[in-house]
Amino acid sequence: MSDATIPATQLQVGEPGPGVPKVDPILIADGVRRSFGGMTAVDVAHVEIPRGKITALIGPNGAGKTTFFNLLTGFDRPDSGTWSLDGESLSHVPAYRVARKGMVRTFQLTKALSLLSVMENMRLGATGQGGERFGAALFTPLWRKREADITAQAEELLARFKLDAKKDDYAASLSGGQRKLLEMARALMSKPRLVMLDEPMAGVNPALTQSLLGHVLDLKNDGTTVLFVEHDMHMVQTIADWVIVMAEGKIVAEGYPSVVMQDQAVIDAYLGAHHDTDLGSLTGQLEVAKDLGDSFLVEELTDEIGEENTDAK
Amino acid sequence: MDFSFVPLAFGQLLSPLTIGYALAALGLAVHFGFTGLLNFGQAGFMAVGGYAFAITTTEFGWPLWASILATVLGSVLFALLLGIPTLRLRADYLSIVTIAAAEIVRYTVKTPAISSFTGGSDGINGSSITFDKLDPLPDITYGFGVLRFTNDDLWIAIVGWIVVILAAFLVRQLMRSPWGRIVKGIREDEDAVRSLGKNVTWYKMQSLILGGVLGGLATVIVIIPTSLQPDNYGTQTTFFLYTIVLLGGATTVFGPIIGSIIFWFVLSITDGLLTLLVANHLIPLTSIQQGPIRFILVGIALMLLVIFRPQGIFGNKREAHFSV
Ligand SMILES: Nc1ncnc2c1ncn2[C@@H]1O[C@H](COP(=O)(O)OP(=O)(O)O)[C@@H](O)[C@H]1O
Ligand SMILES: [Mg+2]
Repeated sequence: MSDATIPATQLQVGEPGPGVPKVDPILIADGVRRSFGGMTAVDVAHVEIPRGKITALIGPNGAGKTTFFNLLTGFDRPDSGTWSLDGESLSHVPAYRVARKGMVRTFQLTKALSLLSVMENMRLGATGQGGERFGAALFTPLWRKREADITAQAEELLARFKLDAKKDDYAASLSGGQRKLLEMARALMSKPRLVMLDEPMAGVNPALTQSLLGHVLDLKNDGTTVLFVEHDMHMVQTIADWVIVMAEGKIVAEGYPSVVMQDQAVIDAYLGAHHDTDLGSLTGQLEVAKDLGDSFLVEELTDEIGEENTDAK
Repeated sequence: MDFSFVPLAFGQLLSPLTIGYALAALGLAVHFGFTGLLNFGQAGFMAVGGYAFAITTTEFGWPLWASILATVLGSVLFALLLGIPTLRLRADYLSIVTIAAAEIVRYTVKTPAISSFTGGSDGINGSSITFDKLDPLPDITYGFGVLRFTNDDLWIAIVGWIVVILAAFLVRQLMRSPWGRIVKGIREDEDAVRSLGKNVTWYKMQSLILGGVLGGLATVIVIIPTSLQPDNYGTQTTFFLYTIVLLGGATTVFGPIIGSIIFWFVLSITDGLLTLLVANHLIPLTSIQQGPIRFILVGIALMLLVIFRPQGIFGNKREAHFSV
């Protein structure tokens, strides 16, 4: 792998590795632990997210990625730990305040509000709406202007996400992938500083994935920091500037995508989920290849398995 | 045969129960239909509001406006009392606490120790003094045939309906505003709304207060022409209100109002019909069985409604929700 994907100006200070300090971090977390019963789901000693970049958080299922997201955004409470956004502490801050401070997340299991129209979903994402106060809500003239503004903003975003034709439909009528897109677009209504996407590609129609990657890159170009969880290694390789690998609650590796994906610890982390699989068999290898998201290998192995099956007949 | 029950059923339109239940059901629609709050103690809000009005009017001799203020404040306090410990928790906690709190209110006001204030099991009469003083209608009998109203009956019916209509427009305006958008989002998935920076617990509290105040004011309309009876505010009342709300459409503003009219009309006409049939030995029932039968019919009607028309008469099918 060439070093061409490593930027001239480094993101980190010193050698890349778990917990390495960043030149310009937007989010810093320390000693964040969360256990369920006896099982430690998250145990992150130190991590920094680089500002204005796209960071991928990867790791096998059950690594604790979603739980870590929940903790950082106030949807779950840690046993211990502190973290801050731009130097402002966010530990013990309720979820809605975290969002207001410009750190907005999406959910692995999509939370599009299906009984509201697509447009109403979008409007709900906007901040600074006077009409959200009980008294002001009673007098339409007090919020008509803001409503028009956010509607225009929503229309623009929906057009970008190719959902504009659906704006007056109930969100219930969207496909799973479109709901993911809607959830992401809705999160952007508040113009956040840091967007956290939990598996944004899951369930998204392959025809849409390319444009989704484009949206995430656009975000970066607009100066938004992105942190996303994804199993799709293609997405990680294509758009991430930095990769953080979690396994069993801990951060086991960190670095530039081209380097990290070759790291033995990372491969072990993924293989960890397959200790029982027979790597001598083609099907076992296929499973691992699928988890690694190596589509080329998956295709090759599938072909080979197919050939073997026809030979056997 | 005596068919006078037919015009009497139409007279329900001006009955204090129809008007009061329309308002209380509107409050419940704010809770359950629009916000997704499972309040099983709307009767408790009604009782608190009613006692606040009756006690301040008859015991303290407060003027009308002050008693109404007491009703509003009483309902707000009750909402805070129930909401503060439960609204941050899962939805079921509110249902358990509200159903229990409503019963606690009912048993408390019946306690002999404070019956000098609350009238014990007998309740309180005479809540109409301040209101009837304002009655501008000539003191004659209104109506025709079996339908007869005093000027005071008509006066409270007119004011009652005006209050209901004003409340309906208030709720409609709210539900069409950004405030209503948040509340409707909460009904479906409060974490999604939270993730967008809205203080979900506070909005649930506001909704609980609004619907509770409507419930409290509803009792004022009911007790002015009648009297305050503690046992009218049991779990059955909340159940009736749910029937009304589901009948008209829980996610609509005018549904609960029309629902209340239909509910009391049907209850009245079935009662008349059953009485007629029983009296003429056309069905094998005694007049004692007749009462329960009526409510069994209401129960069956409610079941059929939820199965075949979950959105109610006026609701939008797509907005119907029983995922709670
Ligand atoms: N609410 C919960 N109660 C109990 N265990 C949980 C809970 N949430 C997550 N876990 C456990 O914590 C671990 C990490 O889960 P999660 O954060 O969802 O992993 P990931 O998103 O990386 O796949 C898993 O073993 C999961 O079973
Ligand atoms: Mg996850």
